[in-house]
Amino acid sequence: MSELTAGKAVAKTTAAVAAETATAGKNEWRPISYWPFVIPAMIVVMAVIIFPWVYTIWMSLHEWKVGQAPTFVGFANYLRLPSDARFVESVGHTLVYTALSVALPLILGTLAAVIFNNKFPLRGLFRGLFILPMMATPVAIALVWTMMFHPQLGVLNYLLSLFGLPPSLWVFHPATAIPSLVLVETWQWTPLVMLIVLGGLSAIPTEPYESAQIDGATPWQTFRYISLPMIMPFLFIAAMIRMIDAVKSFDIIFAITQGGPGSASETINLYLYSVAFVYYDVGYASAIVVVFFALIVALAGALLHLRQRTHWNDAGGSA
Amino acid sequence: MALYGPTRRAFVHGALATSAIGLTGIPAFADPAWKKYAGTTIEANLIKGPRGELLQKYASEFTELTGIKVESEVIPEQQQRQKAVIELTSGKPSFDVVHVSYHVQKRQFEKAGWLADLTGFMKDPNLTASDLRVDDFSAGGLQFAQNDKGEMHSLPWSVDYFILYYNKEMFAKKGVAVPKTMDEMAAAAEKLNDPANGIYGFTGRGLRNANMTLWTNFFLNYGGEFLDAKGNILTDGPEAIEATKMYQRLLTKTAPPGVAGFNWMESMASLTQGRAAMWIDGVGWAPPIEDPNASRVVGKIGYTVVPAGPKGQFSAAYGDGIGIAKTSTKKEAAYLYCQWAVSKTMGARLLQSGGGVPFRNSILNEETVRKGVKNQEWLDSVIASAKISKLGLPVIVPVAEFRDLVGAAVTATLAGADPATELKKAHEQFRPILERSEKS
Repeated sequence: MSELTAGKAVAKTTAAVAAETATAGKNEWRPISYWPFVIPAMIVVMAVIIFPWVYTIWMSLHEWKVGQAPTFVGFANYLRLPSDARFVESVGHTLVYTALSVALPLILGTLAAVIFNNKFPLRGLFRGLFILPMMATPVAIALVWTMMFHPQLGVLNYLLSLFGLPPSLWVFHPATAIPSLVLVETWQWTPLVMLIVLGGLSAIPTEPYESAQIDGATPWQTFRYISLPMIMPFLFIAAMIRMIDAVKSFDIIFAITQGGPGSASETINLYLYSVAFVYYDVGYASAIVVVFFALIVALAGALLHLRQRTHWNDAGGSA
Repeated sequence: MALYGPTRRAFVHGALATSAIGLTGIPAFADPAWKKYAGTTIEANLIKGPRGELLQKYASEFTELTGIKVESEVIPEQQQRQKAVIELTSGKPSFDVVHVSYHVQKRQFEKAGWLADLTGFMKDPNLTASDLRVDDFSAGGLQFAQNDKGEMHSLPWSVDYFILYYNKEMFAKKGVAVPKTMDEMAAAAEKLNDPANGIYGFTGRGLRNANMTLWTNFFLNYGGEFLDAKGNILTDGPEAIEATKMYQRLLTKTAPPGVAGFNWMESMASLTQGRAAMWIDGVGWAPPIEDPNASRVVGKIGYTVVPAGPKGQFSAAYGDGIGIAKTSTKKEAAYLYCQWAVSKTMGARLLQSGGGVPFRNSILNEETVRKGVKNQEWLDSVIASAKISKLGLPVIVPVAEFRDLVGAAVTATLAGADPATELKKAHEQFRPILERSEKS
């Protein structure tokens, strides 16, 4: 009897513990020893991500000039944005700059990857040379390009003259400033796209190519219907990396034009820098940061969405 | 260098006061207690350039004189301004002494109350040499350094006047006279302009923001005033429009292509490479222009005052000062350093190296100091400019915004935009910014 009772008691206890554990799972109860492992990471995340974010939003709701006390103004800083011609222009410049500096390296990088995917003598050496620009420091190469862009003393106009072409004003004219900056960006980052795409190309099995050859496909058809769809995921990754880089580009633009001539090449980042660190208008700058962040999220989201759709296509699903 | 001849030994021994006597030939002044703060270490935050570097170069003389050790940090202009403002805002700056760009920071520093009041120090004979008097600084310098109550919150150190640089050889070749008025200057530039041979009549700053220092000299000579009695900005009036038209004419018809992106560096390159006949900019560029390693026009450049406009003849002036952070705990030692920086000895060195012009009249008027300047024509242009100098930028807090917005309008006219429309647009963008900064 007593044994039975004891057995029941044990069973009861076990059930109780099991039930307790289940409840703990629901209520996020953790043993004490769990927290020392989690808290350091949480502190770091709070300090470097959450706190700056909350603080930025708080600042964006205040009129705050460095050296003066902040005053709460609600959404006034955000309401200033649409009527601020410089800000509106800078958004346009950012979009144009980003679109060009994603598209050009993507096209040229893919082309280069296709070329370097073939076997030819000294291929390794040429591949190595091709990726050299990527290793240079942006500010240093920006200074070199500034000299090359000089309308009278620069080498670019001299090269144009060799071909009988009229000289260009490059970064010294509002109309050509952004395209010239994109030229630098393209020169530096095409190799990165090439590397990513080259990786993609070498991962493609040889069978589809062999059967295409048997079917009598032209090199263009082979590229269009075999290589391109198969490297699509790689191209999206390259596009994503390029987009993030281009949208936040600062060093090259700042070192070459400082956003000029006038404000012809002033992107959001450059304007933001001026507002925060030259005009010391911290509140307004924070509002710009928040809007800028929203823009980046939107762009990244659009790209991801596009990728998702292509993925479906690859799998044979409907677009 | 003749100046240093008789006093070289004194310099070598680092006896600053003695050398100052040697320089000026006046009886010994009552020495401040230079050694009283020996053993202290002070930090100085300076701008990279001829002025900051001069202080750094001779810092050991100061240490020898006072026993005070100086740790100076010399950083490029834009970054120094940012660093100083951010650190001063924090309330715990890492420096005791700070290099102030008056034309950009005067109002900002004053409103924030970041600098220590030096008025009391200047009256204390234990701290101040008797030759350092408030009335020795030029009027422009005092305008920069004093607040409304007449308190000195910094010591005026070096002034930068705008002058006209011209290529004498090109002028002689075409028989053109040195222009006395803006109209003559435009006519001369058109005569000297020879794009087929890569030579242009005029060069100058076209880059947004940077261009405002050149443009304002035109604006002043066309009768412009920055602010009215109520503190409203006046840069869209008829004077501004006429001045901009002249600026536009010179920089579009007779300047090198791409001038809209030129700062002083590109402009100077045009002049020193023999590509431009005239250039208006600060006085500080004589050393590189006369340096055979950097210039093709050594000995060919003339220096004179900026030509007169229809409403007057002015030289736009910009200035540097040196002050002490209000929170510094070593104010006396820091003050000795500031005093040394603007002393006659250091002022003479500044002028003779061509790196700047001291604000102190007693230095400029000193015959021996003048004789020590290698390029007398340059010195004449400096002295003549000092007499007609006027502040080149409005004394307001948002100077940077002003330079950016009006500067962008002025740059836009170089691409063919209409001056009146552009200035109006900039004015409307800038007015609320100014109002906001003044009300807070």
